[in-house]
This record gives sequence, C-alpha cells and structure tokens, in this order.
Amino acid sequence: MVVYPESMIKPMREEVTRLGIAELKTVEDVDKALSGEGTAFVFINSVCGCAAGGARPALAMAMEKASRKPQHLYTVFAGADVEATARARSYFGEYRPSSPSAAILKDGEVVHFIHRHEIETKHPVQFAAELIQAFEEWGS
Amino acid sequence: MSNVQENEFHPDRHAHLGELHGITVVLGGHSGKTYLGRWHQKTARGITLRNVAIHDPVAPDAQPLDQWLARQRKYGVEWQIDTMVLPLEEFNGAVTPLV
Repeated sequence: MVVYPESMIKPMREEVTRLGIAELKTVEDVDKALSGEGTAFVFINSVCGCAAGGARPALAMAMEKASRKPQHLYTVFAGADVEATARARSYFGEYRPSSPSAAILKDGEVVHFIHRHEIETKHPVQFAAELIQAFEEWGS
Repeated sequence: MSNVQENEFHPDRHAHLGELHGITVVLGGHSGKTYLGRWHQKTARGITLRNVAIHDPVAPDAQPLDQWLARQRKYGVEWQIDTMVLPLEEFNGAVTPLV
C-alpha cells in the first residue's frame, strides 16, 4: 500500500474536516467513535483523483443541503491513516474495503453503504443527491 | 456550491488512459470467465485491471453469474488479484460498469 506524504494530502483532509466531520486518526479514535449507540456516518477519504476528487465536493454539497444528518459524522483517510482505516472497516461487516466509500451505521451495524464503484461513474451532483437521500433516511 | 475539482490528485493526468480509466467494469472472456476489476488501461498487451475478481462458471463452487454480480454490487468487489493483464485474445468485447 502506498502511503502518501502528509503535505500532499493535507488539503484533502481539510476539504472534509472543514465541513464539521471529525477525522479519526488512530485505532483508539475509531473504537471510541464507532462502538457507541446512535447513527454514525463514516467517509473513507482517499487520494484517488478518479473518484475521490468528485466525492469530496459531493459530500460538501450533501452537508450543505441535507436537512437531516446522522448524529455523528466521521472520516478516516485511506492511504494515510492505515491502522485507523483498517479499524473503521472492521465495523463494516461483510462490506468490502474500497476508497473512497461511505457508510452509515446505526448502533454499530451498517445500514447503508456506498462503494467506490458506485461513486466513480457519477458526477458529484449525482453522488451528492444519493448522500442527501441517505442522510434524510437515517439522519435526525 | 463547491468547486467539483477542488483537491483532485491528478486532474487530467490520466486522460490519455481513456474514459474507462478508474472505473470498475465487468468484462467478458471467450473462455466463459467473467472478469471484474478497475480498468487501468488498454494496450497492445491487453487490458490492465486492478483489484480483480474472476467468475469461472465451471469452478466447483461457482454461483450463477447474476447472483455473483449482485453480491459484488452489494458488498463490494471480492478481489483476489491485485493487478492483471487480460489478453485481448481472451476479451470478447463485452464491457459494462459494475453499477
């Protein structure tokens, strides 16, 4: 696995964290965040320009437009925070790793999952609409 | 509204690799096998795919193809091969996105 220099990925982290989404950088962060009750959204951020370059702006649109959101909003960065990402994925059950991707958990169980293959063919506006629909369904 | 290409890692850098670059596709093979993976590029050697899963209809534990694809769509690609080159003589010309 390629681990990218922090200077390169910092803007990509900030593109998500400035939306009010908390970044989980350690295994301990992940366990503390995802082992609790309630609804949690987890965005698996990544460097890949083919898919993540559109996913982050889509997430920004969804955060702006959705009237309901999961109670907790988190992100991990694949290719950078490797252990935290692996730990987050351990909460996803049968859902296979891909990045970027997104999950919504309710009381620790995945209730909605969006894979990379569902993101890479879509314009950010289309992906934003899917995120908004998921937020409205599972948010509060 | 956000700029849709705010921090893209390699904007346009991979444009020469074709419109399927980076897309998870289902490819048919003359052998009857189905290849599922992320298209990287097509060259005279063949089609380079990343994170590849292969459906072999004559494998002892083979699921029907439609069931296998449905599972890949729902749970993500159960890839076993990091990178492979699908020879053009095996590729039957059928290519569709996984979605």
